[in-house]
Amino acid sequence: MVVHSFYVINRSGGLIFSYEHSIPKIELEKTFSYPLGFVLAPSDKGVVVQFGQRDGIKVGHTIISINGVPARGNNIDFSSAPSTATTNDDEPPSSSLTNSYDIIKYLSDPSHYPVAIKFGRTRLAGNEKLILSSIFHSMYAIACQLSPELNSSGIRELETDQFKLYCFQSITGIKFVALTDLKQTNADALLRRSYELHSDYALKNPFYSLEQPIWCPLFQQTVQQAIDLLERTGSPYA
Amino acid sequence: MVVYNLYIFNRNGQCLFYREWLRRKQTNMSKEEEFKLMNGFLFSVKSFVQRLSPVDLKDGFLSFKTNCYKLHYYETATGHKFVLNTDNNVGNIRDILHQLYSTIFVNYIVKNPRASAVDVIDSDQEIFIEKLDEFISNLSIFSQTNKA
Repeated sequence: MVVHSFYVINRSGGLIFSYEHSIPKIELEKTFSYPLGFVLAPSDKGVVVQFGQRDGIKVGHTIISINGVPARGNNIDFSSAPSTATTNDDEPPSSSLTNSYDIIKYLSDPSHYPVAIKFGRTRLAGNEKLILSSIFHSMYAIACQLSPELNSSGIRELETDQFKLYCFQSITGIKFVALTDLKQTNADALLRRSYELHSDYALKNPFYSLEQPIWCPLFQQTVQQAIDLLERTGSPYA
Repeated sequence: MVVYNLYIFNRNGQCLFYREWLRRKQTNMSKEEEFKLMNGFLFSVKSFVQRLSPVDLKDGFLSFKTNCYKLHYYETATGHKFVLNTDNNVGNIRDILHQLYSTIFVNYIVKNPRASAVDVIDSDQEIFIEKLDEFISNLSIFSQTNKA
């Protein structure tokens, strides 16, 4: 039973609180020979696998490191780190400028192989969370519009084959969202509990202004405690 | 338990077929508009789920619930999307949707020389509609309240 993360979305669809409880780390390192067999594409998160998933490396994974050297966005710089696997021995001794490569160009050169590449699933960046929370806000509204039944609310529970998303909207219009795995029960109680905690530790905080991001340490702590309790005992109440 | 309605989309997002068994609320737009909204909505839900997921997904989005209905989603390898709305008490009916695809849609549309699997299913396809109605009304989730 795992709660992955917890978010609070305000009335206009802005993310005002996010807490990541346990996000599984998905990383895989493998040594490849030429040709690589993946279709790679640059993106703002780094170089992403677009096609050709195999050996546990899936579409959507990004390149985290090459030969133990961490990637920096779409580029990699071998001069800063001590070169462990020196596959580029035969190149002329170069200044730090020429040791920096575009990853896709680097991997398309047969002389750089064999190469050890670490692939992984990147976590959501701050901006991405903001985008996704406003997408969810509109999805919630469309779900009530498309309802075949009268007086429908928006999305309460969204199910996929790997995780579930629970959403509770308070009468003041604030959405509490939790991502859990499939086995977690009683997530609704957690959301109700977090509404209480929000009223107690955010709204009653004299330095908190409505609809603004929540930076109240007590709120964060108590939410964390409630999630821990839920995972251990099945109820968010002590 | 109640079955409300069924949408079938092709991979271009065109609504091939729509049938309702019970519907208490109509949207304030034309059917064409509603199909477009539904398809666009499913597209965003799918990409939302892909981006949000903390782990790698296989089938992706399956269903969502509101306080009074549940939307079930099934996508085939050919890109056909089946969307069935039921009430909240229905569990996972992925296998039923798969069966609907493999026994009704494939047998009476895909294998039918007078029908096309990528074009709108018109009312000439009586046998498809008949078999579909029979299939849905024999489901355990299609209960007395639906028939009344």
